[in-house]
Amino acid sequence: MNYNWDWGVFFKSTGIGSEIYLDWFVTGLGWTIAIALTGWLIALALGSLLGVMRTVPNRWISGIATCYVEVFRNVPLLVQLFLWYFLVPDLLPEPLEMWFKQDLSPATSAFISVVVCLGLFTAARVCEQVRTGIQALPKGQLAAGYALGFRLPQIYRDVLLPQAFRIIIPPLTSEFLNIFKNSSVASLIGLMELLAQTKQTAEFSANLFEAFTLATLIYFTLNMSLMLLMRLVEKKVAVPGLISVGGK
Amino acid sequence: MTKSTLSRAIGFALAATLCSAPALAEELTGTLKKIKDSGTIVLGHRDSSIPFSYFGSDPQQPEGYSHDLQLKAVEAIKQKLGMPDLKVRYNLVTSQTRIPLVQNGTVDLECGSTTNNVERQQQVDFSVGIFEVGTRLLTKTTSGVADFPDLKGKNVVTTAGTTSERLLKAMNAEKKMGMNIISAKDHGESFLMLESGRAVAFMMDDALLAGEMAKAKKPADWHVVGTPQSYEIYGCMVRKGDPAFKAVVDDALVATFKSGEVNAIYDKWFLKPVPPKGLNLNFPMSDELKKLIANPTDKAAEQI
Repeated sequence: MNYNWDWGVFFKSTGIGSEIYLDWFVTGLGWTIAIALTGWLIALALGSLLGVMRTVPNRWISGIATCYVEVFRNVPLLVQLFLWYFLVPDLLPEPLEMWFKQDLSPATSAFISVVVCLGLFTAARVCEQVRTGIQALPKGQLAAGYALGFRLPQIYRDVLLPQAFRIIIPPLTSEFLNIFKNSSVASLIGLMELLAQTKQTAEFSANLFEAFTLATLIYFTLNMSLMLLMRLVEKKVAVPGLISVGGK
Repeated sequence: MTKSTLSRAIGFALAATLCSAPALAEELTGTLKKIKDSGTIVLGHRDSSIPFSYFGSDPQQPEGYSHDLQLKAVEAIKQKLGMPDLKVRYNLVTSQTRIPLVQNGTVDLECGSTTNNVERQQQVDFSVGIFEVGTRLLTKTTSGVADFPDLKGKNVVTTAGTTSERLLKAMNAEKKMGMNIISAKDHGESFLMLESGRAVAFMMDDALLAGEMAKAKKPADWHVVGTPQSYEIYGCMVRKGDPAFKAVVDDALVATFKSGEVNAIYDKWFLKPVPPKGLNLNFPMSDELKKLIANPTDKAAEQI
């Protein structure tokens, strides 16, 4: 292929202020991490709540959680993002809509939309994992809790959830990595995260392959480190004799 | 190596070069050979660069100003190769895929709305320029924005990966204008940002702004303003280092310019109703484009 490789491109000037292309990648990585972590907080909190709701012995409460999961899991992420970014602000009352669209900086309003979108989307997936974690525990635990005179919230807090969360750390890690990868949808609403900066570098410098190679390496390194970190967490919180860790 | 064998070797090499040079001129190489062997030419086109290269009336068949000029080049290639039945295959490209697809041989000739600039010249060769635009602003007639200085502290949208984005960001940094710059993913989305009130102005190539304006719900609500911040020449892209193929394309385009046929093609796309909605862009030919057509060049605007 007739391609002009230039790995030095990252240190070249972008022509905007005194920035070099590498600066764009650093800024982009910052946004990617900010989006993913904020989205993850929402996903973990809401997902845990919904996961508990799905397992409680009340048809209405578990029905609401089931509906939530079905809706958010079956609509493509990109469609959800466009709804949150383009449609939802238009449904707000006029002053709030104008504040969101014009007073907030475009990066902030895009950040809010994407964090809400990713948080709610991932919550549906976290919910399912919390549910399976709880359901994987022997039924006798709930009965034993009642027999000891615990009320239902106490059983969840002190008996079921501490064990369930330990079981689901590996699949939860996978969701945690997914939210970092999914954060790249933000590039489609103009938030300059890692993928958007990569595309911009590719367009400005015409060195497309170098730009995407660097982006691949950054995503890979980021996710590998997070995976190792979560493995450490899993070992750290393991209760000896209760659940096996790392295939032991 | 002794002196005599060295000079003999040089002599032999020289003789070989001299003998083979005329033979090479006859023999097809590069893209022309590929087209001859495969019996097919692959044309790169866009899907929404109105009115340059886009799907208008037929979802299979691209059309537009650049596309008509592209077909002129195809005619010349048919003649050059003596292949009146040459097959034409279309390959949709996006602003991100257009350069690699030309480089790796998927697309032989790309004509759309690709600006000829120095960075891209490192990767591909450009034909003589086919269009020249100025980068300006699209805004509501009631917005109070008349030129670039009026944008201080406002939200301005532009399309990601365009020269306008670079100019706007550089202007913001140099003149400390405090603009919030939104980079939308394509022209359609940029206009959506403008229409929905997220931005007061949309900076882009004036011809594309005219195209977006023509698509608006009420075209009369919008106008194009501002001093052009740069002029840009659009060209067709061919593989780098293939002078024989580039010469056929260039000659075909220059012939179209010289014969005046280009004026009819221009009128068809910029001064008459165009598909799909039958809207008229009302975009008379600029002095810059007239100059470009009179003196064809394959240089970027910044190199002239």
